[in-house]
Amino acid sequence: MNEFVETLLQLQWPSEMKRHYDVVIIGGGGHGLSTAYYLATRHGITNVAVIERDYIGSGNTGRNTTIIRSNYGVPESVRFYDHSLRLYETLEAETGCWIMHATKGIIWLAHTESGMRAERARCLLNQAMGVDTQLIDGAEAKRICPQLDVSGGGRYPVLGGSYHVPGASARHDRVVWALAQGAMRLGVDVHQHTTVTGFDMAGNKVVGVQTNRGSISAGHVVLAVGGNVSEVAKHAKLRLPIRTHPLQAFVTNGYAKGLQTIVSSTELLFYVSQTARGQLLMGAEYEAQTSYSQQSTWRSFQSVAAKCQYLLPFVHNLKILRQWTGRCDVSLDFTPIIGPTGIDNLAISTGWGTWGFKAIPAGGQQLAEYLATGTVPEMIKPFAIDRFQRDHVLADQGSTGTK
Amino acid sequence: MLAIPCTSCGPRSVEEFRWGGAFPHVPDHVVGDEARNLDYVWFLDNDAGPIAERWFHEAGCRRWSTVRRDTRTDTVEPDMVEPDTVASDSP
Repeated sequence: MNEFVETLLQLQWPSEMKRHYDVVIIGGGGHGLSTAYYLATRHGITNVAVIERDYIGSGNTGRNTTIIRSNYGVPESVRFYDHSLRLYETLEAETGCWIMHATKGIIWLAHTESGMRAERARCLLNQAMGVDTQLIDGAEAKRICPQLDVSGGGRYPVLGGSYHVPGASARHDRVVWALAQGAMRLGVDVHQHTTVTGFDMAGNKVVGVQTNRGSISAGHVVLAVGGNVSEVAKHAKLRLPIRTHPLQAFVTNGYAKGLQTIVSSTELLFYVSQTARGQLLMGAEYEAQTSYSQQSTWRSFQSVAAKCQYLLPFVHNLKILRQWTGRCDVSLDFTPIIGPTGIDNLAISTGWGTWGFKAIPAGGQQLAEYLATGTVPEMIKPFAIDRFQRDHVLADQGSTGTK
Repeated sequence: MLAIPCTSCGPRSVEEFRWGGAFPHVPDHVVGDEARNLDYVWFLDNDAGPIAERWFHEAGCRRWSTVRRDTRTDTVEPDMVEPDTVASDSP
């Protein structure tokens, strides 16, 4: 039996749905399961249901490019994502599941003087907050990633960039299974193939959730939906500063292992890493218009393939093996929205756009603390939805790795 | 490929256009001037379904068109295109 199968076999699915749960979490992706995991392991709250429309991890958690980093551009985000990065480093020991976590380092390339200025500012802020992000020149980038063509194919010359040393990646499915297993062992019910059709409200308070398998009364409800959050929130008349954009990614056929670092260019809007089985995993910017259709486009393949060949010419003979499209709930200031919603007993974890995977442990841990104590932890206070009202948005588009 | 029906050029590839966003809409259940202003600036319908949106034919005639698109399927129905009544220099 290999280790993949072994993990799957230890998931204990509930036979039926209870009529009441203390906490009902909508969305069986990374953030929903992580919240359930920390509620069960840290706060002893185990009468918890996770409601998932499809199978766990079938949404954006199973579609992202699995990069874990904390090289952000606003202090609140640097602190939060660095905390998450540290939690990832101990997640294997904590859950007992092999999540294929590997620290690889990430280089963010700059091709213009203004790009270099942005990376210099990023490095200084990161270093001031104890995050190891170093400003590098082209020669240093070439030393870190020998496959790199620093002339950028003559078109996108590499002036330098920032080297984020603790950057890492992990296997997305295994993160989902590890957290689901940890939560289910302690009695959390994960209900797959269950669709939320509405909320039971008592004034400005959510008291229950209606599903296609009947209604459940709930102490607290958590919206941890990815890719469809606006539609689910409409059931509670909750308005969100969210747009849903499609984002495409693909893998090539396998290649000899050797691309050890994660290479990214925020100016070209492109990133590539090599997976454990040797495939090159690539992604780029999301589509400009909102859409839920999950269609792939030739334009995206073409532009990502071209950008990759300018920077890493060795890929020119590889084939695109598999592609997929995710739906990103992008918040208008490119920073997540976590915490209370203004509707009693309804909490939210959304706005993860294209940057949610890295935040799975910290997002779940902090939200669980809020649910258990009723007090919003200091770390996620800046990410409250009322920041739009207070005019304290955390605009940080340049750190999303996309557009 | 998503084809956007430009009111002056007919259906053209989406690559030629800049997306101008869906029309802002503040629902009736949002009450009070301040709440409605806040909603207008920051909060969105983000509908999964038919939406009315603006597209700017940047690499073509450089005029704005109003298009109805179903965001679940990305289908644009030609007979649903509304006549362009807005001056070409405004979004």
